[in-house]
Amino acid sequence: MSVLVDKNTKLVVQGITGSEGAFHTQQMIDYGTNVVAGVTPGKGGQLFMDKIPIYNTMKGAVEKTGANASVIFVPPPFAADAIMEAAEAGVELVICITEGIPTFDMLKVHEYLKKYPKTTLVGPNCPGVITPGEAKIGIMPGFIHKPGTIGIVSRSGTLTYEAVHQLGEAGFGQSTAIGIGGDPIIGTKHIDAVKLLNEDPKTEAIVLIGEIGGSDEETAAAYIAENVDKPVVAFIAGQTAPPGKRMGHAGAIIAGGKGTAEEKMKALAAAGIHVVKSPAEIGKKMKEVLG
Amino acid sequence: MKIHEYQAKEILRSFGVPVPESKIAFSVKEAEEAAAEIGLPVVVKAQIHAGGRGKGGGVKFAPTAQDVSQYANDILGMTLVTHQTGPEGKLVKKVLIEAASNIDRELYAGIVMDRATSAVTFMVSTEGGMEIEKVAEETPEKIVKVVVDTAVGLQPFQARQMAFALNLTGDAFKNGVKFLMALYKAYMGTDASIFEINPLVVTKEGAVIALDAKANFDENALYRHKDIVALRDLDEEEPLEIEAGRSGLNYIKLEGNIGCMVNGAGLAMGTMDIIKLTGGEPANFLDVGGGASAETVEKGFRIILSDKNVKAVLINIFGGIVRCDRVAKGVIEAIKNIDTKVPIVVRLQGTNAEEGKKLLEESGMNIIAATELKDAAEKVVGTLKTIEA
Repeated sequence: MSVLVDKNTKLVVQGITGSEGAFHTQQMIDYGTNVVAGVTPGKGGQLFMDKIPIYNTMKGAVEKTGANASVIFVPPPFAADAIMEAAEAGVELVICITEGIPTFDMLKVHEYLKKYPKTTLVGPNCPGVITPGEAKIGIMPGFIHKPGTIGIVSRSGTLTYEAVHQLGEAGFGQSTAIGIGGDPIIGTKHIDAVKLLNEDPKTEAIVLIGEIGGSDEETAAAYIAENVDKPVVAFIAGQTAPPGKRMGHAGAIIAGGKGTAEEKMKALAAAGIHVVKSPAEIGKKMKEVLG
Repeated sequence: MKIHEYQAKEILRSFGVPVPESKIAFSVKEAEEAAAEIGLPVVVKAQIHAGGRGKGGGVKFAPTAQDVSQYANDILGMTLVTHQTGPEGKLVKKVLIEAASNIDRELYAGIVMDRATSAVTFMVSTEGGMEIEKVAEETPEKIVKVVVDTAVGLQPFQARQMAFALNLTGDAFKNGVKFLMALYKAYMGTDASIFEINPLVVTKEGAVIALDAKANFDENALYRHKDIVALRDLDEEEPLEIEAGRSGLNYIKLEGNIGCMVNGAGLAMGTMDIIKLTGGEPANFLDVGGGASAETVEKGFRIILSDKNVKAVLINIFGGIVRCDRVAKGVIEAIKNIDTKVPIVVRLQGTNAEEGKKLLEESGMNIIAATELKDAAEKVVGTLKTIEA
C-alpha cells in the first residue's frame, strides 16, 4: 500500500514537449513510472522518444490510454487551464509542478474543482509525489528515496530531499513522499495529506514539513491531535525569516504578524507532535521516536 | 509588488473608487503649485513604501500657502523613520498634495486573499485609523468579514451588509455600497493581493472616500499588468535585492554576518534557521534555484559579498537532478573569479556528493567541505569564532 501513486498509476504528461516536461518525462520513465501519454496542443499524433503517443487534448489522451493521473509542466500563464482540462478529462490525480501561477487563476481552479470531487490536485509549485520503488511523478531525485514506512508531507522541495536523506541515514525508507507546494492556494493541504497517510496501513510514522505563512500547519495539528495515533515528527522552516518579506515561495510570508514559525511550532507541539527546531534533527528524532 | 499611496489612489480612481483630489510633487515649487490648483486647505503627505508616516512626522495638515511651503520643505529630503522602515528610515523624494476632507467618521476597509478558505475576503471595521492587527487582537468583534463567492463575485447584498455593519445611513449608505463594489472591481481587475483603505472616511457631506490607500500585487500575475509594473519604484527597494532579481536569483538581505547560498526556498530558510540555532546570524536568504550552475553560483557570490557585513559564507546544495561534482566545479570556478578572503563552507549532498567533496578538498582553495547540515553549520559558525579570537 501507499497513497496517491503506485505501480498501477497510468500517467499523462501535460506539456511533454517542453524542455522541462521532456527532461523529467525521461527521468520518470527511467525510474519505472508508467507514462502512457503526453499532451501538447497541436502536436497530437506525434510520438515522444519514439514510443509515447502525444495527444492534442487531455480528453483524447484519457480516452485512448485509460490514464488515471496527470502531471503538469505547462508554463504559468497556461497551467491553471491545464489543471481544469485534466479534471474535466476524468483523471483522479493531477500533480502540478509549475511555479508562478497567478493566485486568481488558482482561485478559479479551486472553484472549478468543486465539480470534480473525485479529482485530487497536488500543487502547484511542488516537486510532486513519489512512492519509492513503484512510481515517481515529479521532479524529485528518485535514487535518494528507499521503499519503507515513513510518509512525508512537505511544502518545500529540497527540504524534503534533506528529510529523505536523513531518514535514509537513520535506516528508514518512505511509503510515499508528498510535496504539496509553496503557493498560497494549493490543492492538497497538509491536513489532506496527513489524512491519506494516516489511513495508509503501510505508513507507520509521518514527517510533516511546513514553513512560514498561512495556517495550514495549525489546521493539520488540530486534526492530528484528534485523529492520528501514528507518531509525527515536524519541522517548520523560517524561524529566522523577517515579517513582510516573501521568502522565495509565494506562500512563505509572515503577514500582519500571522503565520510565524513560532506559532506553528507551538500548535504542533500542543498536538503531541515531535517538533524539531533544527532541520538537521528530522532523521534523528524519528529514530528516537520509533526506537 | 508594493506601490505608493498616490499610485494606489490613481488606480482606485480609474475604477471609480472615490479618492480626494490630489497631485504628486517632487519639489517645494511643485507642491505650492499643486496646492494653488487644488485649493486650500491641503494635506502634505510623504510618499514612501511604509506605514506609520503620520506618527513619524511625514503627514501635515496645511491650512495656508505658507504652511504648504514650510511642510513640503521639511518633508522632502527628510529621512522618515516609522515602525515599518526600520531604524535607518527612508528618504522622502516626493509628497502628495491632497485636498483636506471634512471628516465625520474614520472607518476601515480591506480586501485580502484568505488562504484558509481559498477565497477573496473583505474586512470592514468601524475602528478606522488604527492598526487593523491591533483591532483584530483586542476587539475582534469589531471586524466584520465577508467572504466573496468566487463563482459570482461580490454581490450587492454583501456590500449592503458591510455598509450596515459600518453604521452608514442615508447618502453615506448609498455611497458606501458603491464604494465597496468599485473597490472589489479594482482588486480583481489588478490581480491585487492586498488592498487596505485606512482610514475610509465619511465626510460631513455624506461622501465616502479613501483617505489612505495601500495596495500590493501578486508578482506571479504582473506579466499581464504592464501598467502596474511601470509603477515600481526602485528607490524603495534594497539595491542588492534588485540586482539579484535581475540575475534571476531570489535574495533577501538580513542583519547577520553569515552569507548563505542554498538551492530551494524551504531549504534556504532551514539553513538560515540552523545557522541561528548554532549561534550565528544569517546575513541573507538566497535561493539559487534547482540548477545551481557555475554561473548562478558566481552571481550569488557576488551579491552575498557585496554586503559588507558578511564575514563567512555557507553554501548548501542538495544535488538532486544536478550532480554535486558539477556544482563543486562551479563553486571552485566562481571562487577563482571572485578572489575573496572570506572563509567558505560548502556542503554538498545528494547525487555524487563524495566526488564533489573530493574536488573541493583537492582544489587547494580556501574551502571547507562538509557533507551533513549540522556539521556545515558548526563549521561556518566556527570560522567566525576563530576570526573573532
